[in-house]
Parts: sequence; structure tokens; C-alpha cells
Amino acid sequence: MSAEVGRRSKRSASPSFRPRLPNTRAVSLSLYVVRRVLWMIPVIFFVVLITFVLMHLAPGSPWDKGGGRQLSQSVVRNLNIKYGLDKPVWQQFLLYVWNAAHFDFGLSYQYEGKTVASLILGGWPYTFTIGALAFCLVVPIGIGLGVLAALRQNTRTDYLTMTFATFGASFPNFVVGMLMIIVFGVLAYNVSGGNVSLPVTGFGLDDHLIMPVITLALLPTAYIARLTRASTLDTLRQEYVRTAWAKGLSERLVVLRHILRNSLIPVATALGPTFALLITGSVIVETVFAIPGIGRSFVTAVESRDYPMILGTTILFSVVIALANLVVDILYVFIDPRVRLD
Amino acid sequence: MASAVAVPSQLIDWEQPEQIGLWGDAWARFRRNRLAVIGLTIVVLLILDALLAPALVHFGLLIDPLTQDVTHIEVGPGRFGHLLGTDELGRDTLTRLMYGARISLSIGIFVQAIVLVIGGTIGLTAGYVGGRVDNLLMRFTDIWYAFPDLIFVLVLVSVFGPSLLSIFGAIGIVNWVSLARLVRGQVLAIKEKEYVEAARATGSRPLKIVLRHLVPNSLGPIIVTLTFGVPQAIFLEATLSFIGVGIQPPTPTWGQMVNDGYQAVFANPSSVVFPSLAIGLTMLAFTFIGDGLRDALDPRMRR
Repeated sequence: MSAEVGRRSKRSASPSFRPRLPNTRAVSLSLYVVRRVLWMIPVIFFVVLITFVLMHLAPGSPWDKGGGRQLSQSVVRNLNIKYGLDKPVWQQFLLYVWNAAHFDFGLSYQYEGKTVASLILGGWPYTFTIGALAFCLVVPIGIGLGVLAALRQNTRTDYLTMTFATFGASFPNFVVGMLMIIVFGVLAYNVSGGNVSLPVTGFGLDDHLIMPVITLALLPTAYIARLTRASTLDTLRQEYVRTAWAKGLSERLVVLRHILRNSLIPVATALGPTFALLITGSVIVETVFAIPGIGRSFVTAVESRDYPMILGTTILFSVVIALANLVVDILYVFIDPRVRLD
Repeated sequence: MASAVAVPSQLIDWEQPEQIGLWGDAWARFRRNRLAVIGLTIVVLLILDALLAPALVHFGLLIDPLTQDVTHIEVGPGRFGHLLGTDELGRDTLTRLMYGARISLSIGIFVQAIVLVIGGTIGLTAGYVGGRVDNLLMRFTDIWYAFPDLIFVLVLVSVFGPSLLSIFGAIGIVNWVSLARLVRGQVLAIKEKEYVEAARATGSRPLKIVLRHLVPNSLGPIIVTLTFGVPQAIFLEATLSFIGVGIQPPTPTWGQMVNDGYQAVFANPSSVVFPSLAIGLTMLAFTFIGDGLRDALDPRMRR
């Protein structure tokens, strides 16, 4: 064997002759990423298709005004022509897809003269800031609490953490938001004579953020904490953990290398949906705290049947969610070496 | 030797172990979980309340949820014959809460029925048939997974109008995906088990294999998922009502009551507190049941 190797190395004087194995894992990983990114295209297409069809099934037209005062027929006809609603539905759809592929999402019906793209771009920074900040709270706190509770199973720490997690997951975020407004906004103001209170509406990169971010983060934190605890408890019972303890590793090493690396795998998969939850949760939080993000404008768009606005926001939401899931799926490959890429 | 064979089996004093099946065993473990039993009690009470509320109104034990006691608007709990007070229109909060339970529970339960039918069928078909069908169905499921839940429900409800039926449908249609994936995974795992192979070898028809082996053996996790789905659906409905696109007034729902009460929260805090508590308590109850069921139905927890 060694002789053979020696002979070969003698014969291959040039280094390029060295058998170079392609790094199969790297190749299949990049193929996997490309495939996943391409897969987003049909997904978004179907999201648009289904939403589009649904909205055209809706009875009535966006020009119906409440309160009995109707627009005259000629006005309706002109509006339909202006917004392209006089064409057959399939033409409208193809036109929409074509324009959307060029980032033209049409004009909003409710705000005259404003494009959907400008409205969404105007609202997105608010939604994203609050969602991202909440995510930065959710992940460390949720995972930390879950791991702590599992490592101290059946102690007071465990019970306290799980009580928090269970209650946190049991109240809808509009209830939490209102309670916070009542307690920290109004009661605190009254009790302290106007010195100490948190702002209850609007947006600003200061204490305006506290209540919306906590409101948004509470439920996902509770959810992640419960998930992490369950998964860590599961890992604690594994034999390799017992082996790690038995061979005398320090607690830090056992927890970090043997327990966490395995127990956080299922938690990682939940991060995509969690991010989605945070982004769609903005619909509620922005309504409660009167923040001018896309969640709030989506609600008003739904109420006034602003089709292009609804479509545009739905597309944005689903792109964000698809991206979040994509990132998680790719991370997953690095976290869990057992994952097959085919 | 021969005599031993001749002994009728009745004569042998078999130590008869107490026969406990899977379900009996699960029930025994469920009962040992105090929180789960509390949760179950709350849910049974809620169901009774939902069923009996109209009868109680009929016999005059409860005030009708739409009757306005115009002389006692926004009174606190326990005054003027209103156990939990009245709202801004003088309607009795207790009755409205009890009627709200009808909406919330029916949403929770019927949505799970829809989820079970759609998700179960798709998951079972994909897992059992496999191959191209599996591939197609799972791609379909993936697409559905990309839909943002709340957003899609909002669109659906705004399109089909805020009726009970459209809300059932909308919430059901966005929630079946995780069940479909779970069922498929279960079926794929069970399909490879020896007893299924044995059943196939002895000539059982596919339908019989599905009904006798696949369905009962994957039931545990499915029940748990459905139980956890109930509070999620209730949550979503409350959110819709809160935004104002849910069941329309005057039909009382909890989310709507929270929103209405919030307008005058300092004059009458009870009109926010009680419906919020009702939502929270129901969520807790179902969570406890779900936790209890998961532990009870998990064979690894068997002692």
C-alpha cells in the first residue's frame, strides 16, 4: 500500500496530477441553495394567482361607497378603464404579473395617485424595525428560558419559567398591547402625575418602541421557550449525554457541546415560522399602537377593498416569509450534518 | 407429556394481568396530570355553557344578550342584577360572554374538523401512495405553507364576507398544512413497520391496511396537534373580531367585546377584563389538555 502510494507520488511530478476529489458537499449545497431560491418563484406566482382570483371573486366593486351614496355609472366606467378593470380577468392577471416582475405594483385605489410600491416602501421600515427588534428579543430570551427550565427541571425556576411561557402564549397580542397601554401608558401617567409613562401611539426610535416590541415578542418568546424546554429535556435523556457526564466532562462542555447543539436543531426549524409570526403580527400591533407600518395599511386596504394594495402587501409578506424559511433551511444544513441535500 | 397437553387451558391458573389497552393506559396517565384535568373540566363547562345558554335565556335565568338595560349602562360587576356588569349599550356582560363561548368553541372545533379532513386526506394519500403523487401533494403543501396565515384569512374573510361559515373555511384552509405534513411523516414511518408488511403479506387490501393499521397508530400525535390547533383557531377568530372583520355585531364574540370595552376602559374596566380572561382561560385550558394528551399518548412515557 505504502509502496504504491510512494510510486505514484514519484510518478506524478507535477502537482496538478494529484487526484483532486471535488468537494461534493459544497457542490450539492450550492445546488440545493439554487434550487431553493428558484423554488420561490412558483411559490410567489401561486400566491399571487390565488390572491388575485379570490379578490376577483369578491362580490361588489371597490367603488362601492358605504352610506348609500353611489357613484354614477359613467364615473364607475371611467374608473374601471383607468385602473384596467374593464379588461377580462386573465388579461388583468397577466398584466399584473408582468408589471409586478418589474416591481410595478400598480396604483392604490384608496389613496389617489399613490403607487402601491411607494406606500409599501413607506410603511416597511416601521414594520421591519419592530419585527426585527422583537426577533432579537425572542431568540435569546426564548432559548435561554427554555434551556434554563430544562436544566433545572421540576425546580422553582422551571415552574416560574413555564408559568410565564404558558400564560404568555395564552393571551392574544391585542389584549397584551391594551393591558400595557392601560398600565404603562395611562395608569403610570396618572399615578406619577405625568412624569413617568410610555408613549402609547406612534413610532419613534426611542421609548415609542418599548411597548410594541414587547407586545409583539411575548407570544413567540413563550412559544420558543416551551419548544426549547421540550427539546432539551428530550436530549437530556439521550445516552450520549449520559456518556458525556460519565466520562467526566465539565458541565459547561456537556451543556454547550452535547446538549445544546442537538436540542437546538428543532428550535432552529421553528425560527422561520416565528419570523413569519412576527411580521404578520405587525397587523395587530400596528393597529393597537397606531404605527403607520404595512400591517396597519393592510387592514385599511382590506376594509376598503384596495385590491392592488392587498395584493402588493400579500406578495411582500409571502416573499419575506419564504426568504425566512429559505435562510432557516440553509442554516439547518450547517447545524444538522445528517441532513441530506437531495 | 400427553397429560400436560390434555389439560384444558381453563384449569391452568394463569396470572391474569389487568388488561389495559392503549387508550385505558393513556386515560390513566391523563388523569394523573392535575393541570390537564383542570383544563378538561373548564372545557366541559364551556361546552355545557355553549349548549345551554339559549335554554337558560329561554327560561329567564339569563338575560338575553341583545337586551339593553338602558337605565344601567356600563355598571360594574355585581350591581343591578348584572353579575359581571353591563357594556356601553347596557347589555349584560355575563350573557354576552356565555354566548361568545358558542362562537369561540364552534370556531375551535369545526376548524379542526376541516383541518382533519383536508390535512388528513392529503397527508395520508401522499404518505401511502408515495412516488409522484407524494411529490405533487407535498409541493402543493409547500406553496400553501408560504401563505401568511393572518393575512390570507383577512383576505378570504374580506372576500367572502364575515359570516361564521366563511371564517370556519378561511381559518381551516390556512391551518391544514402542518397536519398534512405530520400525517405524511407518520404514515411513512408506520408503512415500513413489520406489522404492516405482515398485513400486506397476508393479503389485506390497501383500504384495510390504512384503516386498521395506519390510522390507529398515527392517531396519538394527530390528536395532540388538533388539540393545540383549537386555541390557535380561537385566537385567530378573536383577532379577526378585534380588527373588525370577524363575526359582525350584534352577535357577541370575545374579541369584539374586548375591542368595544377598550373604548371605555377607565369608565368600566370589567368590560375589557372579563372577555380577556375568557379568552386566556380557554387558551390555557386547551393548552393544558394538549400537554396532558401529549404526555399520555406518548408511549415512551409509559411506566
